[in-house]
Amino acid sequence: MLRYIGKRILYMIPVLLGVTLLVFFIMHLAPGNVAAMILGENATAEQIAELEHEMGLDRPLLAQYAAYLGGLLRGDLGTSYTSGESVTAKIMACFPYTVRLALVAAVVSVLLALPLGILAAVKQNTWVDNVSMVISLIGVSMPIFWLAVMLILLFSLKLGWFPVYGAKSWNSIVLPAISLGFMNMASIARTTRSSMVETLRQDYIRTAYAKGLSKGAIVIRHAFRNGMLPTITVIGLEIGQMLGGAVLTETVFAWPGVGRMMIQAINGRDTPTVMGCIVLLTVCFSFVNLIVDLLYGVVDPRVRTMYR
Amino acid sequence: MEVGKRNNKQREEELDFASIPKNSGFKETFFRLCRNKAAVAGMVFLVLLILISVFADVLFDYQTTCVDQTISQRLQWPSAEHWFGTDEFGRDLLARVVHGSRISLSIGVAAVAFGLLVGGILGAVAGFFGGMVDNVIMRACDVFLAVPMMLMAIVIVAALGASITNLVVALAISSVPTFARIVRSAVLGVRDMEYVEAARAVGVKTGRTIARYILPNCMGPIIVQTTLRIAATISNTAALSFLGLGVKPPQPEWGALLSSGREFIRDSAYLACIPGVCIMLTILALNLLGDGLRDALDPRLK
Repeated sequence: MLRYIGKRILYMIPVLLGVTLLVFFIMHLAPGNVAAMILGENATAEQIAELEHEMGLDRPLLAQYAAYLGGLLRGDLGTSYTSGESVTAKIMACFPYTVRLALVAAVVSVLLALPLGILAAVKQNTWVDNVSMVISLIGVSMPIFWLAVMLILLFSLKLGWFPVYGAKSWNSIVLPAISLGFMNMASIARTTRSSMVETLRQDYIRTAYAKGLSKGAIVIRHAFRNGMLPTITVIGLEIGQMLGGAVLTETVFAWPGVGRMMIQAINGRDTPTVMGCIVLLTVCFSFVNLIVDLLYGVVDPRVRTMYR
Repeated sequence: MEVGKRNNKQREEELDFASIPKNSGFKETFFRLCRNKAAVAGMVFLVLLILISVFADVLFDYQTTCVDQTISQRLQWPSAEHWFGTDEFGRDLLARVVHGSRISLSIGVAAVAFGLLVGGILGAVAGFFGGMVDNVIMRACDVFLAVPMMLMAIVIVAALGASITNLVVALAISSVPTFARIVRSAVLGVRDMEYVEAARAVGVKTGRTIARYILPNCMGPIIVQTTLRIAATISNTAALSFLGLGVKPPQPEWGALLSSGREFIRDSAYLACIPGVCIMLTILALNLLGDGLRDALDPRLK
């Protein structure tokens, strides 16, 4: 098991190297001169050249990349072009907000999705099934930012229950978490339903009924545990998607997380900050995927034996 | 040599004769799809939407309804005259939504078509040849897939600048690895079938074998994924426009309409509601069709 984890982490290294290389070169495709932009319109060519030299922008792109990578290994993501602050410090100030939002949203979506999916599977082809699948289809189809705007309209502007934006009071996380969680709820519920439907048809479920077990015990202890694997995969994937979706939710609600900072950095042409945000979110995404793979082993003993 | 070549062609024709008559699978799938009410509803909606976007100019003149501003008519709630109301410059929202459908749909279709073409070729090559080629292509895909799709698109648009072409490029690139993976696994599934071996044995060239014998036999998952992918791409287009990284305001893309309507949400909520409902219904229709196609193409349900 430990060997497997080690192997997976080692495997992440080339992928992350590839990601930084890719993003670095894409970001440097951007037209325009950074030094000229920082110095403003009145700068002379000499001043621009001097600042470029100071920032290392006159060196070949590969050398710049190597320097960036060196910094990255020491936890130094460079300095922001717009504010001159350390990018690492800037990101670390925002990161807890994104993590909190993603976790609360994940809890919201799982708590809603599992009962919905299981209920739909148990009551397959009844109105309960239809209603819960219609809810989840609408959830999949709804643009996340539209839901966010509608939630603000109803709960903040009309009813005045929650703040419109920001993260100042304890209840300001409610609307962002619901809008981020709802979309994911839908796909988790759909996956849970289909895997539960399949599991409930298995012979061992019939055996359990024949033994005289109660329906609740069969659904929870026999069917649910076996039908969980696809659900776990989807939950993991969805948490990854949340990191992307958080960009939208955070922007709508002015939630001070990494996603909103990234959009502000893009608008300000602050390349080091954009790079830092992408690297961080990608590392998180990869780790979530790793954890999902490891959870397979916890849930399913058959998978566990394959690690040895 | 000449004779040998002709022989190969003839042999290939014989091979075709022996295969199942064309289109029979398509017809059967279509009939099965038509039994699924939800999928039919989705299909009808999409056909209507495509017709509306094709004939947008006949329905509403672009210049007078979508560009010219009538300040005296600004921010009017939906009425008999303006079914969807008017925006902050007095332009008819229905006309803008109709013309917006053109932009949203064509970006979605163009980006997915491009992604499918590039991803499909990469995936087919990787699956067919295996070994080193497969490894290189798939590891490159891993790198792309390690970044969530939305983030990848944001980075590309941020670097290239916000325009419709760049948006299509960004969304296409971000869907290439997904298609490469799907096509690769589909190709792996049929690569060692007897009919492929037969085609090779009679001397059909590699490219032709892939295009003529392998790809048509793994179309199922590709079609399903294409439908669902168009839905995701339309949603992402709207999201990028909403963030100010996609289509810019005077052009009536749905996400851009929603974004500019957000400012007036307190008193003119319809400006943000209606474009959102359009996006949602379109994605819903594509999802219903995609799910229907998946069921119709799945041989286990036969």
